[in-house]
Amino acid sequence: MKRIYVKEEWCLGCHLCEYNCAFANSGMTDMVKALRGKEIYPRIQVETDENGVTYAVSCRHCTDPICVKSCIAGALSKKDGVIEIDHSKCVGCLTCVLVCPYGAVVEDGTGVAQKCELCMTNSHGTPQCVKGCPNGAIVFEERGEAE
Amino acid sequence: MNFYPEFEVVRNDSRCIRCRVCERQCANEVHWFDADGKVMLSDESKCVNCQRCVTLCPTRALKIVKSDCRLRENANYSDQTIKEIYRQAETGGVLLSSMGNPNPLPVYWDKILINASQVTNPPIDPLREPMETRVFLGKKPDHITRNPDGSLDTTLSPQLSLSMPVMFSAMSYGSISYNAHASLARAATELGICYNTGEGGLHEDFYKYGKNTIVQVASGRFGVHKDYLEAGAAIEIKMGQGAKPGIGGHLPGTKAVGDVAKTRMIPEGSDAISPAPHHDIYSIEDLRQLVYSLKEATEYRLPVIVKVAAVHNIAAIASGIARSGADIIAIDGFRGGTGAAPTRIRDNVGIPIELALAAVDQRLRDEGIRNNVSIICGGSVRSAADVVKAIALGADACYIATAACLAMGCHLCRSCHTGKCNWGIATQRPDLVKRLNPDIGSQRLVNLMTAWRHEIKELMGGMGINSIESLRGNRLMLRGVGLTEKELQILGISHAGE
Repeated sequence: MKRIYVKEEWCLGCHLCEYNCAFANSGMTDMVKALRGKEIYPRIQVETDENGVTYAVSCRHCTDPICVKSCIAGALSKKDGVIEIDHSKCVGCLTCVLVCPYGAVVEDGTGVAQKCELCMTNSHGTPQCVKGCPNGAIVFEERGEAE
Repeated sequence: MNFYPEFEVVRNDSRCIRCRVCERQCANEVHWFDADGKVMLSDESKCVNCQRCVTLCPTRALKIVKSDCRLRENANYSDQTIKEIYRQAETGGVLLSSMGNPNPLPVYWDKILINASQVTNPPIDPLREPMETRVFLGKKPDHITRNPDGSLDTTLSPQLSLSMPVMFSAMSYGSISYNAHASLARAATELGICYNTGEGGLHEDFYKYGKNTIVQVASGRFGVHKDYLEAGAAIEIKMGQGAKPGIGGHLPGTKAVGDVAKTRMIPEGSDAISPAPHHDIYSIEDLRQLVYSLKEATEYRLPVIVKVAAVHNIAAIASGIARSGADIIAIDGFRGGTGAAPTRIRDNVGIPIELALAAVDQRLRDEGIRNNVSIICGGSVRSAADVVKAIALGADACYIATAACLAMGCHLCRSCHTGKCNWGIATQRPDLVKRLNPDIGSQRLVNLMTAWRHEIKELMGGMGINSIESLRGNRLMLRGVGLTEKELQILGISHAGE
């Protein structure tokens, strides 16, 4: 399956992916209306290591996802390789946040968990962080990894 | 002395989402976030109007405008003239500038119009019929020779084969970044044309692009060694540059870091100063010695280019070069770009490339030595139309550099000499260099050249010409508008309506 990969060599640390993610999942059609004056809770987050190297982290859609196994409410599931979350089932225990080895599952600001679903469950259908990256540092491609 | 800034940052706060992209992307540190007031603030005095922030702002909340606050100007003393005097009174220094001459001097390309066929000599549709844009640069035989058995002697002088008559002009590694060179090298290879190392040597990673590389030998001889000379498809001796005829170059020590210093073969942190003259060239005979030294070093496999700035006696100079054994002459006009040049030289020295090109082509033809050399025309070739006009005026090919930089993202802010290029081109700061991803840069260069090639074919087809060879020096295809008799005479073209 196609996954999101990060080329940290080209990541500028501009954080545009975070804003494009927050907008893509806001359900709104205007970025200003969606994000102005609000705290954003993006599903992709730019991290900086001690050497100043930046890279964006989002769900790896693991072959053997520990978050799905640990979910006590059955809110997380795997469909065609994509790990999805059913917000109506999430009870907000945030066990998934604790167990994710990448820190890719985060709280959404209302108490429940959220994670990257490759923009498959919003109106876009293709990852908006990838589309908006100004330097080709985030790619969406098939690398032959097991689903 | 403090002035009101040249540019103003206009932020539409009702659109700003405080994403701080502008702040993170400005190497000049114009923008910052004030956590107390939760607003973005800016110091316009640092802005160079490169528009990196404008381009990346996701909500179009930003624009940069030229300030309308001027000193009390008059027709003789402009705002800029007065400020330049103030700056020099303050610093005692020579003014520095980057990129090409911005002054409103004549652009002859814009006063030349191209012909098209109607009725009697039908135009050609390049989408349906073959069109040849391939050119070969180098000395052409002036007579036929036969082998003892009577067969034709088909050995030619070394030729540079290009899929279209455009190449990327010299920009050194040091003046531009590793990623900019990678973009140019990869694009040239994919396109079947050449890029030019400039006087900075060839980074070891780029030897693999050698078939599409012109290696330059300039007055400082930086980075020149046998492997370097043998790596390229042609060798260029740089005698002069259109942006700064008569002077050398100066790469500040701050830019001669790491691989740049290694590639130039100089100590890290030392200024790389190219002398104004080649200290071994004071005559055409001396030039001939260098031409043949380089040919000898590369076993006569490679054509040698001699690049000169377009100056007053360019026709006579070119005539000398054509007799020096050089295979190709590159002429660089006064609007050509630079990474840094003294402002007064850039803006006042040299002549327009259009006039220089026409004069050189005519002189070499008159002397019967036009076939001795090919001519490359550079110094602000901005479009496929400029290329077609240059070919019709007598060029074999064109050099582009400013247009190539623009394709890679340059916004022509003309601040290369500060070394803080926000687009990752004219900088050596690692965090800025990475902003130019060669995957993107090379693709954009390939796109630009592909588009130009289509346009060149369309323009040629309109004239009923199906090969670049038939267009070269074909000045009947050009007409001037609004030019004086003298200008028309030098250009060798008729006025529109004639």
